[in-house]
Amino acid sequence: MSKTPVTFRLNGEDAAAFADPGSNLLDFLRRAVGDLSPKYGCGQGTCGACTVLIDGEPHLSCITLAETVTGREVRTAGGLANGPILDRLQEAFIDKFAAQCGYCTPGMLMAATALLDKNANPSRQDVIDAIGGNICRCTGYEPIVDAILEASRNTRGAA
Amino acid sequence: MAVEFRKDLFADERDDSFDQIGQPRVRQDIEGHVTGRSPFFDDHLFDGLLHVRCVRSPHHHARIRSIDASDAERMEGVVRLIWPRDIPRNMNTLLSLINFGRDDEPLLAERKTAYVGEPVLAVIATSVQAAQRAVAAVRVDWEVLPHVLDVEEALTPDAPVVNDEYPNNTFDYHDRYDHQKLRFGDPEAALARADHVVEGTYQMSPIEQAPVETCGAIAAPETNNRIVCYTSTQALFFSIGVTGKLLEIPSSRLHFIGGTVGGGFGGKVDSHHEPIAVLASLLTGKPVKYMWDRAEEMQAGAPRSGERWRIKDGVMNDGRIVARIFTGFFDAGAYTRLTSYGVQKCTGHLPGPYTIPNVASNIFCVYTNRTPSTAMRGFGITGVDFAIECHMDKVAERVGMDPIELRILNAYRDGDMKAHRRLAKNCALIESCQVVAQKADWRLSPDAMAQSSLAGGGTDWRAAIPETVTDDEGKIGERRRSGLAPDPFAGTGQRGRVAAGTFSDHPATGNAPQRDDMIAEASRLGFKVDTGAPSAPMPQAERPVAPPAPPPAAPPPPTAPHGSQGAPTLPSAYSEAPPAPTPTVTPPAPPPAPASTAPEPEPYRPEQPFQRGVKRPGVSRFISGSRRR
Amino acid sequence: MAVHKGRGFACINYPIGMNLGGDPSQALVHSTPDGKFKVTLSSIDLGQGIKSVGRQIAAETLGIPIEDVYVDTADSDTGPHDMGSFASRGTHRMGNAIIRAASEARAQMLEAAAEKLEVDASDLTTDGKGNIHVKNVPSRSITVEETAQAAQFEQGRTLAGRGIFLVPLSGVDADTGEMTPVSCFAHAALIIDVEVDDETGEVEVLQINSAYEVGRALNPKLVEQQLIGGAWMGVSHALYETTEPYYPDRSHGPQDFNTYLMPGPGEIAPHHISILERPAPDAPFGGKGPGEMCANPVLPAVANAVYNAVGVRCDSLPITPEKVLRGIRANGGARPGGRA
Repeated sequence: MSKTPVTFRLNGEDAAAFADPGSNLLDFLRRAVGDLSPKYGCGQGTCGACTVLIDGEPHLSCITLAETVTGREVRTAGGLANGPILDRLQEAFIDKFAAQCGYCTPGMLMAATALLDKNANPSRQDVIDAIGGNICRCTGYEPIVDAILEASRNTRGAA
Repeated sequence: MAVEFRKDLFADERDDSFDQIGQPRVRQDIEGHVTGRSPFFDDHLFDGLLHVRCVRSPHHHARIRSIDASDAERMEGVVRLIWPRDIPRNMNTLLSLINFGRDDEPLLAERKTAYVGEPVLAVIATSVQAAQRAVAAVRVDWEVLPHVLDVEEALTPDAPVVNDEYPNNTFDYHDRYDHQKLRFGDPEAALARADHVVEGTYQMSPIEQAPVETCGAIAAPETNNRIVCYTSTQALFFSIGVTGKLLEIPSSRLHFIGGTVGGGFGGKVDSHHEPIAVLASLLTGKPVKYMWDRAEEMQAGAPRSGERWRIKDGVMNDGRIVARIFTGFFDAGAYTRLTSYGVQKCTGHLPGPYTIPNVASNIFCVYTNRTPSTAMRGFGITGVDFAIECHMDKVAERVGMDPIELRILNAYRDGDMKAHRRLAKNCALIESCQVVAQKADWRLSPDAMAQSSLAGGGTDWRAAIPETVTDDEGKIGERRRSGLAPDPFAGTGQRGRVAAGTFSDHPATGNAPQRDDMIAEASRLGFKVDTGAPSAPMPQAERPVAPPAPPPAAPPPPTAPHGSQGAPTLPSAYSEAPPAPTPTVTPPAPPPAPASTAPEPEPYRPEQPFQRGVKRPGVSRFISGSRRR
Repeated sequence: MAVHKGRGFACINYPIGMNLGGDPSQALVHSTPDGKFKVTLSSIDLGQGIKSVGRQIAAETLGIPIEDVYVDTADSDTGPHDMGSFASRGTHRMGNAIIRAASEARAQMLEAAAEKLEVDASDLTTDGKGNIHVKNVPSRSITVEETAQAAQFEQGRTLAGRGIFLVPLSGVDADTGEMTPVSCFAHAALIIDVEVDDETGEVEVLQINSAYEVGRALNPKLVEQQLIGGAWMGVSHALYETTEPYYPDRSHGPQDFNTYLMPGPGEIAPHHISILERPAPDAPFGGKGPGEMCANPVLPAVANAVYNAVGVRCDSLPITPEKVLRGIRANGGARPGGRA
């Protein structure tokens, strides 16, 4: 079986790699492209650790076919920072001690990014809804919700 | 989520003047976490990475007649198979590293399987999908055997043997018994005298650790005839030790790297992936990853063990618990892993954080035909704490007492003798109860609020080892032959009596092995009081030299006052001679005690500076043994 | 059909470290030529924060800024033996080992500085900001960096330390269970408010009030992380989680997060925590590990609250709606206890 060339945009830059037949976007990003920030947690689309944005929408990359991102814009946690300057969400996760083992963090950050891109002034319930598909086993969620709300306040303050 | 620090409590035992300790420093690893750069084991890329999947038993208990993997071997992407015969020493027990228990578990089962999901064959392939297809193509001829899933059924004479190494379906303790005993005092006699006997049965089902990162390891050839292994283990040297033993490889050839792990909660101690990944890499000369998918993690991965508990309490009308008997079953599943150790950890925990003069327990590590269980957050304690604390509420209801006051009445205090025959120290249960009651506006009597872990303990019978009734029931094999009931004192076996104040010889520990030049400067460790040697644990210091006058064999009946000369005089419901049987109903008037020893509880005022330098006369904060007369 | 409020209590203690001992941890500390220190361990950080707490312990013991310490862990070629990160032993055992290693390195650092300052090492102290000075004479000082350079290039001296911490292995008596388990205990007491729907059997945790005694909060934010996350896991254990819903029957075992249930971010109950600190004499700066014990009291407290709400004793975990409903039916209806 032959591999499929996939060209797309990754975190604002052109990217291209060969996808194995039937391979999912998570494996493709990690193994073929080398972006290790999305994580494998279940392979079933139930934990959210592999969340990436495709054209601004959060997707579970473990149940997304790699070929489907051809020509589209993919964003991952690995591209959130602007060089050495961390994104406000990343800063807020640090300030609020919103990560322990850190394994769910990239997915949480992308789910939150999708929310804040659309809604600069989310309510607590909006935040809860946005990360409702992301499982964290360490924190009890509260610090994560607090961090996302703080990031939204900081975003508004900077605007 | 409001968090407050009660710095006012125990302030006289702490020096809080630190530069770093007690400061909310940002985590060292946090930048890696938020940028996705933290190197978890799977975040290491290798060209030509191979993958492993295992053929697993679909039966609770079955003999393997034959395995036909000829189709699987020829399938596209399959590199080779790992058979049990490929494993140089295919038998281990996790705790062999500390010489505890016998080897009882193969890495891949060769003759029979003892739980659904037990691996019998591993497939190495170029992709996970190819490995899975090959696994599905392997044909195993199973001879299904009778199985047992219930811990008490497993103890009966007719139950099938789960684990050939332990044919009685129980771990062998001390080469003598099929369970671990705890005996302290004479619980049967105390039960007979108690005003109430409160019984309960409790159960906890197995629980999955469910870290978001599943367990796994990547092994690859390194230089100098070595293998590098990136692993999600919680215990790097356990994994090295197990791998080295099973594969008969010296640790000098193993380079294990880990330390950044996506949650564990106890589920990543078992060291199952590393030996398979390393062996696969040795056999193929290629980098190989063995990582569970979520379904394997949930059903083939070891959970927290199921537990069943029976508790029988003897209680006086005033709420004093005078006897407590436990029967406990830890469901080890098919193999020992860590459960045998959990049983002993649990034994040392009983009867919970309470001072009870007569305690007995029988705890069993039972083999059943289910996934072996292992460590999890609260290991060995979570299940029995559930049982104890539910039971405490039942006791409170029976005697008509406030549940928190019942706990405070029975709470252990500095200097009390625990059932495992060591003195309690550094206690803080009473203060925790008082603080949370205040916080939640749960009204306690002034009496209860005046109690302290630092006072009232270590007096008379509370500090003594009572005369103890022993028995030799449950010798290895006896129960399975005769159907003996598992509960303490259930049989008619030989009873013995161990004299009051008796210590066993062999559990004594040696001196702390740290060399003198590694002792830290005590003055810089933040203790306000001289603790003797704060930097070295001196377990033998907890052990008092000799008992005082022989205490009564039976528990002190609450109406019989005990001599407590010199003990802090406390409000009477909590003193040793309680005049009021139901303190909550009719709180006794405070006796004319010195005000300094029975203060009204100070209302908590966080804005006040911390109280420092308070010395409570007669109370040594740490070396509780010195309080005894 | 109604929703009933209930309030439950539980309190616990928890042994810190592998309770029979015999579980050593080692640490190595050494300085770079410019006076920064590396702590080399084989501990595992699975979120509990041993890298971070170990760093604070090392910085405090050495007497230098935290920025000047880095913890490198779990490479078997460099890190010495450690039993592992389990049994609440990381902070206690490894923390003590780090204190020992850092103490030895500090002693050498003060010796090197004493030689440069021409004073006795016992007259020197650190200011925690990167300087070593004569006690009570801050002006007679030398930086840690200058000291390290002198030690390395002039005096031929290592600023390094080794540490091990081992609680000796205890036996267990076969007949009485006598043993010398653990060295210290953490404590907790919880009051949990719930609501129980007597039509569906569902239990909702409304609020948790807690008091946790942790010896000393070596890093208060990391302790807070553990307590909040641990109590969440306790609620999850109490009401949802099991791999065998009909234990000891093996059927219906969940294989994914759709069927292995846990509370999500929408089901968080407010948790009000008080932290008590009674330092344990054998623990590093008195700190006991809070991470494991914090979930334990939640399970019985929820069960006791459910009983208070509807009069059903759920003695078998998890407390599923099915069990609550069966209990209510057996009692002929809900029997609120009226505490909340």
